[in-house]
Amino acid sequence: MAERALDATCSRIVSILGTRVMRVEDPKFLTTGGVYVDDLRDPRLDGAGYVTYVRSVMAHARISVDVAAAAAADGVLAVMTAADFADLAPPPVPLGFIPPALGRPWLANGVVRYVGEPIAAIVTESRYAGEDIAELVSVDYEPLTAVVDPRAAATDETLLFPEHGSNTALAFEAGSLDGLFDDCEVVVTQQLTNQRVAPAPLEVRGTACVWEGDGDDARLTLWASTQSPHGARDQIAAALALPPERVHFIAPDVGGGFGAKFGVSIEDLALAVLSRRLGRPMRWTETRTENMLGMGHGRAQLQTVTIGGTRDGRITAYSLDVLQDSGAYPHFGSVLPFMTQLMATGTYDIARVAVRTKSVVTNTAPVVAYRGAGRPEATAAIERAVDLFAAEIERDPAEVRRRNLFPKEAFPLTTQVGAAYDSGDYVGALDAVLAAANYDELRAEQRRRRESGDERLLGIGVSSYVEITAGPEAGTEFARINVKPDGSVVVYTGTSPHGQGHATSFAMLAADELGVPLDRITVVHGDTDLVARGGGTGGSRSLQLGGAAVHQGAIETVDRARELAGDLFEAAVGDIVLDKARGGFHVAGSPDDVRSWSEVATSADAEHGLIVDTDFSAQGATFPFGAHVAVVEVDAATGKPTLLSMTTVDDAGPVINPVVVEGQRHGGIAQGVAQALFEEVRYDEDGNPQSTNLADYAFPSAAEFPDFTLVDMATPSPMNPLGVKGIGEAGTIGATPAVQSAVVDAVAHLGVRHIEMPTTSERVWRAIQEGAK
Amino acid sequence: MNLTVTVNGTAHTVDVEDRTLLVHLLRDRLGLTATNIGCDTTSCGACTVLLDGQSVKSCTVLAASVDGQSVTTLEGLAEGDRWHRVQEGFRAKHGLQCGFCTPGMVMAAVSLLDENPSPTATEVREGLEGNLCRCTGYHNIVAAVLEAAAK
Repeated sequence: MAERALDATCSRIVSILGTRVMRVEDPKFLTTGGVYVDDLRDPRLDGAGYVTYVRSVMAHARISVDVAAAAAADGVLAVMTAADFADLAPPPVPLGFIPPALGRPWLANGVVRYVGEPIAAIVTESRYAGEDIAELVSVDYEPLTAVVDPRAAATDETLLFPEHGSNTALAFEAGSLDGLFDDCEVVVTQQLTNQRVAPAPLEVRGTACVWEGDGDDARLTLWASTQSPHGARDQIAAALALPPERVHFIAPDVGGGFGAKFGVSIEDLALAVLSRRLGRPMRWTETRTENMLGMGHGRAQLQTVTIGGTRDGRITAYSLDVLQDSGAYPHFGSVLPFMTQLMATGTYDIARVAVRTKSVVTNTAPVVAYRGAGRPEATAAIERAVDLFAAEIERDPAEVRRRNLFPKEAFPLTTQVGAAYDSGDYVGALDAVLAAANYDELRAEQRRRRESGDERLLGIGVSSYVEITAGPEAGTEFARINVKPDGSVVVYTGTSPHGQGHATSFAMLAADELGVPLDRITVVHGDTDLVARGGGTGGSRSLQLGGAAVHQGAIETVDRARELAGDLFEAAVGDIVLDKARGGFHVAGSPDDVRSWSEVATSADAEHGLIVDTDFSAQGATFPFGAHVAVVEVDAATGKPTLLSMTTVDDAGPVINPVVVEGQRHGGIAQGVAQALFEEVRYDEDGNPQSTNLADYAFPSAAEFPDFTLVDMATPSPMNPLGVKGIGEAGTIGATPAVQSAVVDAVAHLGVRHIEMPTTSERVWRAIQEGAK
Repeated sequence: MNLTVTVNGTAHTVDVEDRTLLVHLLRDRLGLTATNIGCDTTSCGACTVLLDGQSVKSCTVLAASVDGQSVTTLEGLAEGDRWHRVQEGFRAKHGLQCGFCTPGMVMAAVSLLDENPSPTATEVREGLEGNLCRCTGYHNIVAAVLEAAAK
């Protein structure tokens, strides 16, 4: 419901930006439900075959596959293995940085490299039949040594890709280790595990496709649960050796992505080939188990931090060593240490810094982007390091932070590892969150409980963070503004929301410039035929690039409309005024004679109206920042931690729609808490996954969280005209270290300095026992 | 097997494979796709519907077992243009983002308020423990249910 704020004194429309506009998306979701891939009832998909992938049950093995029994079963349309794809080149690696020798086959070809890798594809008339017939595929496994621990992978004793000659996929480094800590009075070092977690969007992966036309005219239409339809289209086109215009990629409603749905899956690519070969539309919807095995996981870094400085609390040197587990086939995860490196020093002004990273392949599911993607790992490392440093010199961790933060006056600045921070007020954020959380009272309560021997141990964790969004390169995004002959407006964006509310926020941006009411504006996204180009939604890029493009396009539309109105009035364009309150144009000084948006758009083109295409180019990446305070209670007898409160400052510049931004913060905070307290994807030493569904995996429910307390702060970025930064990942990045720190803090007086994540009851209990020794 | 089930007030007689799950009957045979499937283990609650007024996870109910019973899905919750107070609450408090958990979450909340018309925030959190959401951190979902309860 659009709230059009009117200034009572002059009837001029006050900007809608920054107001609490309820989402235009919500009525559909609340009445008929969204239309996700598996909900599609498009007639072009009538008669679709259902695809079921037979997946490896071993982590590393040579395989031979016998599909004769499956192929002969009733209801089977086809069974295909790697041999059926032998005439096609393997799909390109998902990112240009990744060595082509580490690319993956269409289906496992003689060797499997992780549990869950697709071996065969079964096409059946009905959905249920696929699972029955999968049982008839016989796979002989000749086990190879499973390389599960990335430290073992780094030794290259067993190679996953002998032709590559190493298990190392990529390595990055910055700064020199020479004499790094020589002048430090205090040096602390700690190994950390930033554990592997599952993105676990509620909607699993699903894809449907159909080929239309013959021969060289054949065109693929593919619907998939993706965050990046244009990028995914290009990946599919490249894999099928087609020009991109012969692929029509549609992202319908998407039930969450969190980074893991950026790009295409191997299952999507194979589906398109199966559909072509069988001359039938195809559908595939994975099970949750397949999702947990195969969509990819996040984080998965082993880190060593070393931090040094003066005994009175000045940090002067820091080193971070990262061993990134990339999983079996390098994907985004192998590249993310670059982002970890770029954000290594966080909010702190540290004179000497060195980072070394290495990404290795292991016999586990590929590691992909997951909310924050490389930056939460950087923040978790530096925040833990600062806490350890503070503990070593016996000073308050908030005070040590304040002492070392970049001051407000230092911006813009470039860090020791080369990140060009645009704007920030880190001390302001820290002070605001400490005040809102009543930090001093919390410390007093903690002392009272400790002195009285209270079994309910209070822990307080503080984090300060900065991250990078829409980077590291300066981004671009496309928008089209189409004012229809009836005066309504359609906004086309190259971003591709899946819960982020672009249909509301981007309409607000257009409404603000055009003076067209919100209920006359619709936003189109996620369809490569309707939207010329786009970068999708990921890395918290959408508002600062896509929103800025809509804003720019709307301004250009007004400029063009004033020219058209000038022609209608036979007046100079410089004399034409847009009256936003009335949604029309007049000549300066003659406000009563108005040409409406409808008249102006019709004068441009009576059929299509006024169309303006624009590409926005940002001046650079932006750096959202903030500070969190987590409070936990640990039961001294059992070690069980309970989160009592989260108070956060998440400054991403001016807020366009507080409803949407608060939602992003809430969700981000919850996922950050979840990594600190609950979630971990585990494999046994043979590479067997131990958490393959939502019964085994500790995906938290409402009962595990308190309400969150959000503190507002808005420091504009100079990198785009809206001054905005990304907010999608910030909450996650700040919350994880704050909560981990709070758990450690609860038992710090018992001699505990560090507890690995997730900080389960067992781990906390063991830490208490060992600390007491 | 043949069975008769009333869904959102309309009686349907359908012939289904014995092993058909209620959620597949609703989605694939009756075209009611608001009800979603999010897991294999009755953990996520995306498939929650009301069976004779009580919430059930329709991925773990055999269609055969609902013969003669009455099912309400999200599509049947509003009375014409008049939304249920839980739908209104979710809208007012932005208790959703991607929308995938929403149909199940709303139906679970309807059932929760039927049993406990004025729950505390803690009771809402515990009452919705069987329904998972990855987007909202549950903050606004809890607010939405409390808002609905207050009406």
